[in-house]
Amino acid sequence: MADQHRTLSGIPVDPVYGEGPLPGEYPYTRGIHAGMYRNRLWTMRMFAGFGTAGDTNGRFRELLRSGGTGLSTAFDMPTLMGRDSDHPLALGEVGRAGVAVDTVEDMADLFADIDLGVVTTSMTINGPAPILLAMYVAVAEQGGVERGRLAGTLQNDILKEYQAQKEYLFPPRPSVRLVTDVIRFTAAEMPRWNPVSISGYHIREAGSTAAQELAFTLANGFAYVEAAVAAGLDVDDFAPRLSFFFNSHSDFFEEIGKFRAARRIWARWMRERYGATDERSLRLRSHTQTAGVSLTAQQPEVNIARVAIQALAGVLGGTQSLHTDSYDEALALPTEEAARIALRTQQVIAHESGVVDVADPLGGSAYVEWMTDELERRAEEVFARLDDEGAGSILEGVYAGIESGWFMGEIAESAYRFEREVNAGDRIVVGVNAFTEGDEGRAGRLLRIGQDTEDLQRRRLAGVRHARNGAAVRETLSRVAVDAEEPEANLMPAILEAARARATVGEIVNVLEGVFGTYVETAVV
Amino acid sequence: MDGPEEGATPIRVVLAKLGLDGHDRGLKVVARILRDAGMEVVYLGLRQTTATIVDAVEQEDADVVGISMHNAGHLTLAPLIVAALVAAGLGNVPVVIGGVVPDEDVGELEAAGVGAVIGPGTSATEVVASVRRVVDGRHG
Amino acid sequence: MAGTGEERKPAELLAAARGGQRRAVARLLTLVERGGGAAEAIAAATHPLTGAAHIVGITGAPGTGKSTLTGALTTLLAAEGRRPAVVAVDPSSPLTGGAILGDRVRMEAATGAGVFIRSMATRGHAGGLALAVPGVVRVLDACGFDPVLVETVGVGQIEVDVAAAADTAVVVVTPGWGDAIQANKAGLLEVADLFVVNKADRPGASDARRDLDLMLDLSEVSGAAAGTGADAESRPAIIETTATEGEGVQDLLRAVDAHHRALKAGPGLQARRDRRFVAEVRARLEHVLIQAADDVLVDVDSRSGATPVEAARHLADRFLDTDTPR
Repeated sequence: MADQHRTLSGIPVDPVYGEGPLPGEYPYTRGIHAGMYRNRLWTMRMFAGFGTAGDTNGRFRELLRSGGTGLSTAFDMPTLMGRDSDHPLALGEVGRAGVAVDTVEDMADLFADIDLGVVTTSMTINGPAPILLAMYVAVAEQGGVERGRLAGTLQNDILKEYQAQKEYLFPPRPSVRLVTDVIRFTAAEMPRWNPVSISGYHIREAGSTAAQELAFTLANGFAYVEAAVAAGLDVDDFAPRLSFFFNSHSDFFEEIGKFRAARRIWARWMRERYGATDERSLRLRSHTQTAGVSLTAQQPEVNIARVAIQALAGVLGGTQSLHTDSYDEALALPTEEAARIALRTQQVIAHESGVVDVADPLGGSAYVEWMTDELERRAEEVFARLDDEGAGSILEGVYAGIESGWFMGEIAESAYRFEREVNAGDRIVVGVNAFTEGDEGRAGRLLRIGQDTEDLQRRRLAGVRHARNGAAVRETLSRVAVDAEEPEANLMPAILEAARARATVGEIVNVLEGVFGTYVETAVV
Repeated sequence: MDGPEEGATPIRVVLAKLGLDGHDRGLKVVARILRDAGMEVVYLGLRQTTATIVDAVEQEDADVVGISMHNAGHLTLAPLIVAALVAAGLGNVPVVIGGVVPDEDVGELEAAGVGAVIGPGTSATEVVASVRRVVDGRHG
Repeated sequence: MAGTGEERKPAELLAAARGGQRRAVARLLTLVERGGGAAEAIAAATHPLTGAAHIVGITGAPGTGKSTLTGALTTLLAAEGRRPAVVAVDPSSPLTGGAILGDRVRMEAATGAGVFIRSMATRGHAGGLALAVPGVVRVLDACGFDPVLVETVGVGQIEVDVAAAADTAVVVVTPGWGDAIQANKAGLLEVADLFVVNKADRPGASDARRDLDLMLDLSEVSGAAAGTGADAESRPAIIETTATEGEGVQDLLRAVDAHHRALKAGPGLQARRDRRFVAEVRARLEHVLIQAADDVLVDVDSRSGATPVEAARHLADRFLDTDTPR
């Protein structure tokens, strides 16, 4: 095939159609690269994690063998919440919905026999993000891969936790300091690492509309920019490594418009408001995942069609990386077979559909351009409100919105409206409130993680606690406490030392909680 | 007749998430559905333990308790909450489990004393009906 | 409530409740809230057992952090070995009668410390809250809880009155948003024995304090003393707190206790309780009269030729002179 791109009928096609600004040109509405997927396909990054580190390592290697091009780690709930597997609150949740990582030993098992100098790794972790990054660095360096060579993404987006996903540990301000500590650390020492993946995905899953997802996510992005600049960084020192993570839901053109509007807004705000001059600071790079919340437990095979449509929207929207959900995920963790179908769906889009031959093939469509403009307009209304609340600071506006429960209220309202529409039959969900015949029981084989895995992980943890040097753990933890008290200090070096000494995630979190306190949400129902 | 009318007392429901999992979209939607069906919802929200749920059920004199779980831990945790209620002398308060619960687990949960299971995709009408049914079935 | 099965008698419940059985306390509160004969029996049984508890009202606009503050305050009280109880009142939906009662979320530490918390919905019917809350407080008082905190959203007159019908009324405001001025409009300033500027770590805390001071000055000049009327011993104190951090909560507790002591030292406490007694009688009387009015309204004939004013006068004469409702 070489560089000739032809349709199935043999008609040659150009790399791009239409007038400028073209893909790769400011404000990047049509995409951040001129050639887009003709030059380089998106990364097919499949999210995986369950059971012990060894279990997930097996799935990772299977995904790489099947043609996956990046790894993405799902941690279990105790890890996400900074609790060890033997914590009383962890009961019943260890390894169930992600992989359990308590110490650097688990991290080593998770990436055993995978070349960290080659693969790119994404880690979905927020509250304890600096700790998991430190463990990853420790494992890589132990294996001879210097931190400067590591490529990947840490989610590390704490603001959306208060707004939507609720996996926060400390109050917002010290938490944002941890985010900026990671940004400072990677800017200086890990040039290929994305320190924050500013995530609308969870905002959407919590029930927001596409317009809210767009607005809240970009506002959070601006907030991090303001926080990092306040921490002493030049905007162009870190902005090129900020990345985004969006949801792709079923309303096809609305989703495409959302991705396009996001790029345009980011480019303009970065240049005009934050004074970025490096072109890379202006280009919004994104990972996309299909909408888990849209998957139905009824007639689960139909989810394969939903995922295909959503994935296509992500690709036509110009994403850099994509995860496709498995059809059985409304019920349990994806089985290996279901995860393979999901990956194959991306491969069909990439290699059979022809949509990759032309950059932004929908650019210039009256409807798509209107939708893009409309979503941008709605987002600007939100930014104006936050700017006003924050007296000229989006960061302060976001804090205020978190504290008053404004974000949560807006999201809950949208979620409820959707539910009522479905209940009233105004909105059809195939197999749920229409076309329900043929639901002969639900998907047969489910991947289940039992209590035995939990017990095994607790024993492994006990083994590590027993074998390590207790004095070294105490010493490194006390340095974490000292640095936490000092707002100017960067906590990453102290956390890295503690991780190397085999301090647990829970132990490090406890020390930080001692300094920063814990957070209780304003319940907005 | 003196004081508020008798017989018009709303059903009182305690709603909570048990454990660490933070997916509260479903819980919030259910809270609104039940409110709009005329019930009084005592909303406990995230990260509750069996102890905090039992305290709330006791002090609020709840007619029913709804627990939402998206952490695949329901087979471990649901029997614990049922047992804790029984131990506190509140065994007559039915437990409803909502969230990601595969069909094949419903039998085991019911055998463990769970009054009803509200799985993914349950309509608002069915949610309200399930709650009313288990409340009506108390002592029965 | 459907199917509550083997119902224990109020007297039996009260004995169990006073013996420390929280389930029995909770059940009594349900019966009081429901009204009717059982509620009357409970009122009769508990009234002689009351008077020991310090009743504290806490009110303020939505979002001022009242629940967090109430939670922090009662956690501290429990740590001192006292037995606080909380009645947290939230509005019912006027359309469906349902309610979402979310105060416990902000009182998690208090729950852990053993504080008894009861959430109450306003339950629509006119004056229902004014009838139910005194009964609920009476049960808690009779069961040995002390202090009893009644927390309401200070938006409606009834909610404000309920919180104000306390020994000590605490009004919570926050910096910014013109909160102090809003509180003034809502009539909260007149009822306050103590002010709390919560979220005092925020910019504008000193402005909020200044606004309050200014408004208190004005009301003194105009002769409308703050505090609940004639027994207002002194100008209300203003306490700054950051309830989420626990800051200033100890100061608030000391101020609440000091206010209680000052009331007890003079005629203030008895005066307030007398007033509360009258207020409850008034609320009940209104309730009875409104029901009686509803009963006779069926006889009104819009085509009788009488004006509405004449018709009302005629009916009022009829039931005020003769058949006095029970």
